[in-house]
Amino acid sequence: MKHKTFFWFILPTFLAMFFFITLPIISVVIQSLHTPHENILITVENCDPFGCKKVTSIDHEATRDLKNEKPLGRFVGLDIYLDRGHLAFEQVKDHWNKSRDLVSFFSLISDLPFYKAIFFTLTFTFTVTPIMLVLGLLIALGVNSINKQLKGLIIFFSLLPMIVTPLIGSIILFWMIDSRGIVGNFLQLMFEDPNFSLKASTFLTWITLIVYGVWHAIPFSFIVFYAGLQTLPKDQIESAQIDGANTFQQTIHIIIPHIMPLITFVTLMQLMDNFRVFEPIIGFNAEAHATSLSWIIFNDLGGETRQLSAAATSSILTIFGIIILLIPVLIKTWKEFDFKK
Amino acid sequence: MKLLLTKFFTAIIFLVSSSAFACSISARVSIVGNEFPAIQTVGSGAKECKGAKVTANLTADHQKINVAGMSSQPAEYTSAIVANTSIVALLNNDLIRPLDDLVKKHGKGLKKNQLITIDGKIMAVAFMANAQHLVYRKDILKKLNIDVPKTYEDMLAAAKKIRASGLVKNPVGGAYKAGWNLAQEFNNMFIGYGGSHFKGNSAEPNVNSDAGIKALKMMKSLSQYMNPDFLTHDSNATNAEFRAGNVAIMNMWGSRAATLVDADGVSMEVKNGMDIAGPMTVGGGKTPASTLFWDGWTVAKKISDEEAEATFIAMTNAIRPSILDNEDVRKQAVWLIEGYKPTEAARGVFAAAKMNTTPYPMLPYAGLMHSAIGKEIADFMQGKETAEKTLSDIEDAYKASAKEKGFL
Repeated sequence: MKHKTFFWFILPTFLAMFFFITLPIISVVIQSLHTPHENILITVENCDPFGCKKVTSIDHEATRDLKNEKPLGRFVGLDIYLDRGHLAFEQVKDHWNKSRDLVSFFSLISDLPFYKAIFFTLTFTFTVTPIMLVLGLLIALGVNSINKQLKGLIIFFSLLPMIVTPLIGSIILFWMIDSRGIVGNFLQLMFEDPNFSLKASTFLTWITLIVYGVWHAIPFSFIVFYAGLQTLPKDQIESAQIDGANTFQQTIHIIIPHIMPLITFVTLMQLMDNFRVFEPIIGFNAEAHATSLSWIIFNDLGGETRQLSAAATSSILTIFGIIILLIPVLIKTWKEFDFKK
Repeated sequence: MKLLLTKFFTAIIFLVSSSAFACSISARVSIVGNEFPAIQTVGSGAKECKGAKVTANLTADHQKINVAGMSSQPAEYTSAIVANTSIVALLNNDLIRPLDDLVKKHGKGLKKNQLITIDGKIMAVAFMANAQHLVYRKDILKKLNIDVPKTYEDMLAAAKKIRASGLVKNPVGGAYKAGWNLAQEFNNMFIGYGGSHFKGNSAEPNVNSDAGIKALKMMKSLSQYMNPDFLTHDSNATNAEFRAGNVAIMNMWGSRAATLVDADGVSMEVKNGMDIAGPMTVGGGKTPASTLFWDGWTVAKKISDEEAEATFIAMTNAIRPSILDNEDVRKQAVWLIEGYKPTEAARGVFAAAKMNTTPYPMLPYAGLMHSAIGKEIADFMQGKETAEKTLSDIEDAYKASAKEKGFL
């Protein structure tokens, strides 16, 4: 493609990306480096139906000038990145000095909100992604080998978990696994323990969230792999069969290499998706046991407190996290690209 | 059927009587607020006004949208219905206007104790009061010869007896969902033990104290008599447990007491057995382990004076004394409106007020403290860390966010 043609071809996309991705990210970066002005506090008398009381309040007249002069707030550099709610350098250093071995160090820092969220997010990402890849491929191979009449129906049902909105799906499952729900009751009978509850322990909550994550993500990998299987080179498979290769050998040596680019693609998408895990935590009311970076952002923005700078900082840290996660996959793609040229 | 008919006729009478009341406005009114029966009544009361458009956006997510919706010029919402917790965000951002002039001009029917004044200026008009108090099953207590608990220690003893009797496996209920609900239960207990959240009039935290440790330990003891999933139960889920007959004693919101057992499918046992009482004290203290709340409406600052006047007229119309003529409305809340006579369902909140329950503090940084407590306390409830560690975590988390917001 000529450079000029390429330029006109890419321009609309480029503009859209600039306005809807680059600019917002720049504004979030700026926000994360600033905090609201210091509030000038005064003591005033408040009266409500229950009586009058002297309380502290914000002096708006005094703070207004400050706000008009510098509407962005105070510039604090990386202060928020380093505070206890985020990277918590001070506390981490302190814990490092206090702890004797790595295990106690990790258990200490897993008490800090950011690291707590990171531990769950990474566990979720690195269990859901591989399980989902393998199961998705197995289902695709299975569906590919059944007879044509059934295929349509089976594909439809296999896609259902993806059709259900994540929040709705997780709320439905939340009630099913309740100790009085159908799944919860069944588990109690199976383990012969009337107090068994999936929601009460951190470990079981993590398992539940991971199972949900796999359940929800499988249709995506399945449908992509299934599409890839439609383009299999028939002659290669036939010659492998003549050479006496069994199904397993055919899968390892022909099918997987053939759909490798798709595997890379699905991995890339799922790493990003799973790293920003959010809806199941809300749907399963799992805040007490598991939090993620996205949940922290949501929590900072919501409610009465609206910590905009904290949310902006968490957003930037999430972006960094995704970049770090994707680097190996991106390097691999880049190498393959070079090789083909 | 008979009940339905009576309801239908009261509705008609209500409609006729209200349309007779003239309310005319000349500029738009747009309301944002929480969603429960009493507030829906207020919203529809404002909509009766003729002459200009009145819209109401009533949602449980109101706190997420009211600040943004009142920050633009002109503001999208001309009025926000708030409580003493949620008015703080509007005050902090300077988004609501003083109502002194409007009260003088149009607010003749309002009682003095409905007017919320801050630094001498009227900033909101309250219409109902709320507090958490005891809700229990009198049939179960009677069967086991247990007196109605007056203190949390009584509640624990009662719970032990009920569990031992085998009548209810997890007799205690509570909105202990990690986050806002759990933090609110801590606030109750902490105040009950005589704690105060901040040092003097400063924004310095003060929860890492003896009262804090006692409060956490009491919550932990109570949780042993709760459904093991208690950290996922908000007040809706707790009420559902009560309706299902799985809970015998709980600390619950007064605003929910009236309609608690009205739902379909509640057994007669639960319906007839349910009763309420005042809030409980703890640790020999006199102040109840509960907090008082009011709900009221405000008028936005960034709107024209015409819109502010129209909003004031419509909102005052919505809480006029005659709305109490309807029995259903009267039952919906503990109204602060002129002429309100308490119903049976209001006993708990009235007892709370009489016992000098502490009102929820209207401090600019109270919300930050609340959310820090909500985030950190779950670890203790799960037995992952000591009470001391949790309390120092709360203070650290609060300090980080208070520094960011410019309070420390």
